[in-house]
Amino acid sequence: MKKIFEFYWNGFRNMSVHSKKLWVIILIKLFIMFFILKLFFFSDFLDSKFESDKEKSDYVIEQLINN
Amino acid sequence: MEQFNIELVDWSRAQFALTAIYHWFFVPLTLGLSFIVAFMYTIYYKTHDEKWKHITKFWMKLFGINFAIGVATGIILEFEFGTNWSNYSWIVGDIFGAPLAIEGILAFFLESTFIAVMFFGWDRVSKKFHLLSFWLVAFGSNLSALWILIANAWMQNPVGTNFNPDTVRNEMTNFFEIALSPTAVFKFLHTVSQAYIVGALFVVSVSAWFLLKNRHVLFAKKSILIASVFGLLASIFVALTGDSSAYDVAQKQPMKLAAMEAIYNGEKNADLYAFGFLNDNKDNDNFKGIRLPSMLSIMAFRDADAFVPGINDIVNGNAEQGILPAETRMAKGRLAIQALADYNKAKKEGNTELANQKLQLLEENYAHFGYGYFKDKEEIVPPVKLTFYSFHIMVGLGLFFIVFFAWMLYASIKDKVGKYKWVLQLSVWTFLLGIIASELGWVVAEVGRQPWTIQDLLPVGISTSHLSVGTVQTTFFMFLVLFTVLLIAEIKIMLTQIKKGPEEGDSHV
Repeated sequence: MKKIFEFYWNGFRNMSVHSKKLWVIILIKLFIMFFILKLFFFSDFLDSKFESDKEKSDYVIEQLINN
Repeated sequence: MEQFNIELVDWSRAQFALTAIYHWFFVPLTLGLSFIVAFMYTIYYKTHDEKWKHITKFWMKLFGINFAIGVATGIILEFEFGTNWSNYSWIVGDIFGAPLAIEGILAFFLESTFIAVMFFGWDRVSKKFHLLSFWLVAFGSNLSALWILIANAWMQNPVGTNFNPDTVRNEMTNFFEIALSPTAVFKFLHTVSQAYIVGALFVVSVSAWFLLKNRHVLFAKKSILIASVFGLLASIFVALTGDSSAYDVAQKQPMKLAAMEAIYNGEKNADLYAFGFLNDNKDNDNFKGIRLPSMLSIMAFRDADAFVPGINDIVNGNAEQGILPAETRMAKGRLAIQALADYNKAKKEGNTELANQKLQLLEENYAHFGYGYFKDKEEIVPPVKLTFYSFHIMVGLGLFFIVFFAWMLYASIKDKVGKYKWVLQLSVWTFLLGIIASELGWVVAEVGRQPWTIQDLLPVGISTSHLSVGTVQTTFFMFLVLFTVLLIAEIKIMLTQIKKGPEEGDSHV
């Protein structure tokens, strides 16, 4: 485990400045996607309205038969 | 489908198209370059020639930039499934769950683990293990694509499942029927092999730029040689798998094929439109250009005398060919929807006998279920001109790539790559052509299958969530900004890295 950790640690430490900038872009991107977009704009529609699978399926059945 | 908010459906569609198109800027380059750098490292491993080490390192860096910027952009599509397409997500959930879970696990373990070994492993792991990491990254990336494409193929050709009327979910009955359906197999082979073309074109484009600048000439020539072999094999394979895909579309999605060829009135010995333009006629006098006699019949059914149904046949029916009119299918669809409603009502009332009768009625008409949501038979026709031109430009570019790679390979072998300046100038732009062809392939696949999210079973209109149009518009523009920034960042970082060329210490290459 120690060897694996050192492998990654040294790999990241010895990266060029360009590669480090790239990692910053990746982290910002992932932050925007998972902590801003997902949390505030992309909640699961059915999960946000219903508790159980039964309620969700009843809702979708209503959608299918009343349209 | 007047009862749906068409504006909401269109914005949801536009948002999905936007994210899919941007996501697909990154994916084919990752898939293609991963194999090219694996080939390059393999040559280094076999020859111990340091030149190949430097060549591999340069292209590996560009691969890394693209991978880093593009990684996880596809997750946004999954966000959209849950938020904008909740009815659809619920109905297909069980089918998408397994492939996407496998994709997640494979992507995480194979790509994330071995990509680190690939980048950090120089002189720190054995050459054999390092070589293995290159190939595992390549296969891992392509395996990720496999599961996504299986899920997409199921929407085009829903097999291996059973519709549960109690939960209104499709439940998997046969994993292998889904994973190995001809639609899935051809879609996967066609999609990944065109991604290899994009990767090869990228290498040729960048290398041609170096040759035009008279920099790193040997490096560029060796890179072009590898890319030409890979690209030529891939482009021939794309033509073959494209032909198989068209055959599959003819069997499973005849309306899509009719739109791809803009054929309105079905006929035997149907011509293939090779090159030309459409007018607004809705009959077979809608095309001015070069036709290839009987080729469409051969492509679609492997028989020059075969009847190829046109849009009018599918909309109005053709008794002689056993094609039901859309209005008949719409009536059967409404029967199926009513049977689902009656089944659920009878079940709630505890009337088992009636519930069983209604279930049987539902099953008898289930193949037409989605048609029950249409009010007008013309709603089953996809955008014809967009599908037609996308298909023909894609095919034209595909044929051009075969000629292009054949020439580049010949020129590489005869050491004539740098001889014609105009060829190098053209080569620089071929990567862009590859991206265009790649995106158009998705336009054909996804626009051509409209109005369905699941072929014949679920139209787009019934698939969406009841959100406000403003919500979808807001996130549409947020994605537009986010992805545009990412694309600009990618292009900027790539260009900087390319301009630097192989590292200073590698200048002897």
